[in-house]
Amino acid sequence: MANSVPSSMRSQQRDAGIQPTLWGARVGLICRRCLAWRAETITAWGFLAPTLLLLALLAVYPLAYSLYLSMTTTQVGAPGHFVGVQNFVQLLGTQIFALTLSNTVWYTVLAVVAKLILGLILAVVLTQHAPGMKWIRGMILIPWVAPVSLSVLAWTWMFDSTYSVINWTLEHLGLIATPVAWLGVPDLARFAVILVNVWSGLPFFAINFLAGLVTIPRELYEAATVDGAGPLVRFGRITLPLLRPVLATVLLFSVIMTSSDFATVFVLTHGGPMNSTQILATLAFKLGLATGDLGQAAAISLYLFPVLALATVVQVRLMRRTWQW
Amino acid sequence: MVRIRTRQAIIAYLTAAPFVLFALFPFAWMLITSLKQNRELYDLSQNPFLVHGGITWDHYRFLFEHTAFPLWLRNSTFVALVTTVVSVLFALLAAYALARLRFAGAESIATFVFIVYLVPTTLLFLPLARLVAMLRLSNTLWALVVTYPAFIVPFATWMLMAYFSSIPRDLEESALVDGCTRLRALWHIVLPLARPGIVTAALFAFTLAWGEFMYALTFISTTNLKTVTAGVVVNLIRGDVFYWGSLMGGALLASLPVVLVFSLFLDSYVSGLTAGAVKG
Repeated sequence: MANSVPSSMRSQQRDAGIQPTLWGARVGLICRRCLAWRAETITAWGFLAPTLLLLALLAVYPLAYSLYLSMTTTQVGAPGHFVGVQNFVQLLGTQIFALTLSNTVWYTVLAVVAKLILGLILAVVLTQHAPGMKWIRGMILIPWVAPVSLSVLAWTWMFDSTYSVINWTLEHLGLIATPVAWLGVPDLARFAVILVNVWSGLPFFAINFLAGLVTIPRELYEAATVDGAGPLVRFGRITLPLLRPVLATVLLFSVIMTSSDFATVFVLTHGGPMNSTQILATLAFKLGLATGDLGQAAAISLYLFPVLALATVVQVRLMRRTWQW
Repeated sequence: MVRIRTRQAIIAYLTAAPFVLFALFPFAWMLITSLKQNRELYDLSQNPFLVHGGITWDHYRFLFEHTAFPLWLRNSTFVALVTTVVSVLFALLAAYALARLRFAGAESIATFVFIVYLVPTTLLFLPLARLVAMLRLSNTLWALVVTYPAFIVPFATWMLMAYFSSIPRDLEESALVDGCTRLRALWHIVLPLARPGIVTAALFAFTLAWGEFMYALTFISTTNLKTVTAGVVVNLIRGDVFYWGSLMGGALLASLPVVLVFSLFLDSYVSGLTAGAVKG
C-alpha cells in the first residue's frame, strides 16, 4: 500500500496564474503588489511550517542519525565510538551479508520484472468493456489495499509444510507426486517470497498502467489497423512508447519499494531457510533488534541508499517535467 | 451488434478471471480456514476447499474472548484515525501553499517533500526507534501517532497539490479582494470545492496507517498495546501448533475495514486515477 504514485505526478496541469519568474520582473514596478507578494510569502511559510518541522524531525534527522550510527560501534545501551566506514567494509566480508545483498538484488529484479509484465497484461485485460468491469477493477486492487503483513499470513498458511492447499491442488491435478516444501527449500522459498511480493504489488502496476492506457487516443490504433499493423506491432509502436512516462514512474517506485520490502519476507520466511531469503531490511531488523548491534544494522539498511538515491534523482527529473509550478 | 457485445464481454470475463482468482484466493482461503473446525482443518484426507463438518464460529469466539484482538482493533482504529486527521490537516496547509501561493523556493520545497515520500520506512526504523525512546514514547501508541505522519504527510501533500491546482482560482481571488484572509479563503471556499480530493487523501492516509507493520512491530512490545497488524502476526501464536483458524479469522477481520472503506470510494478512486493520467 505504501507505494503509489501521487496522481499529480501523472497529471500535466498547468497553473493558470502568472509564472513566478514573470512575477519577479513585475515586482519592482508595482509596489502594492510587492507588499502583497511579501504577505503571500509569509503566509506560505506559515502554512508549510508544520509539515517542514515534522519532516525535519522525523525524516531528515533520523536519516542523518542513521548515517552517524552506521559509522560507530553503537550497541543497544552502550554508546560506541567512531569507526568511519569500517562497518560497511566489514559487512562485505561476511558471508551472510554477501548472501543478503545478492538475495535483495535478485528479489528486486525478478519481482519488478514479473510485476511489469503481468501488470501490462492485466492492464490491457482491464481496458476491455463489459458490465461490472468497475467491480473487477476494484477486486483486483484488494491485495494492494489490505494490510500486507496480514495477507502474507494467509500465504504462509497456503504454503504450510503439511497442510498446503497449493500442494493439495497440485497433487490432485497430478502435477506433483509428493508434497513440496515451499518454504523449506532455499530456491522454492525464494520463489515463494517473490510470488507473494508480485501478488501484493501487481495491482499498483496494473492500475497505473490502466490509467495510462485509457489516455491513448483510439484513433491511433484505428489508423494503424487500417495501415495493416497487427496487434503486436500496435502494442510495440503505439502502446509502449505512449506509456513510457507511466512505465518509468511505476518502475522506479517499485524498485524502491521492493528493494526495501520487509513485511513479505519477515512474515513468510523470517529470512530462512538458512538465510536464503534474507534481504537487507530483514537482516537489519534481525541485527538491530535481536542482537542490538545498531551500528552494523544501520550500515545494512544504508546499503539501500545508492538504489534509493539513484531512483530518486531520476524520479525527481521525471516529476519536474510533468509538474509545472 | 448485441452478439458482438456479448462475445466481447465473455472474452473480458474469461481473461480477467485468472487475475481475479489470483488476487482474491488468499482472502477466500482466510474465510474458509476461519470457519472450519480444527479436526477438519488438520485432516489431510479431506478436500480442503469444502466445509464438511459444518461452520464453526469457535475461532472468532476465541479471538474475541481469549486474545487481545479486540484491543488491537481498538488501538489500530485510534492510531489510524488520529494519524489521518493530523496528516490531512498538515498536508492541506502545505499543499495549498505549494499549489497556490507565490513564493521563492516553492519548487525546491515540493521536491523535498517528494523525496521524503520516497524514503522507505525500512531506512528509518532504527534511528526512529532511538528518537521515540528519547521522546519517552517507546511502547505507547503515541510512538505510532507521532511517526506515521512522516510517511503519510508527503504523500497526502502531493495528492492534494494536484487537486488544488485543478480548482479554478477565480472564486478564491474574489474572496481575497473582498478582504478575506488566506486561511478563511482556504476554509470557506477551497475546502468545500476540494472535498472529493480531501476524502481520497484521507482514505489513503487511513489505509496506510492501518496497514503499517514495521514501526508497529519495532516501537511497541506490550501485547495489549499492539496494533492489529503486529498483534496478529506476533502474538496470536499459542503454545500448541494448531492456531490457523483464529489466525486467518483475525487476518480477515483486520483486513476488512480498509477493504470496505475502499469499496465505498472505489468510484472516486478509480476515476480520479484515470482522470489524472499522463497524456502523451
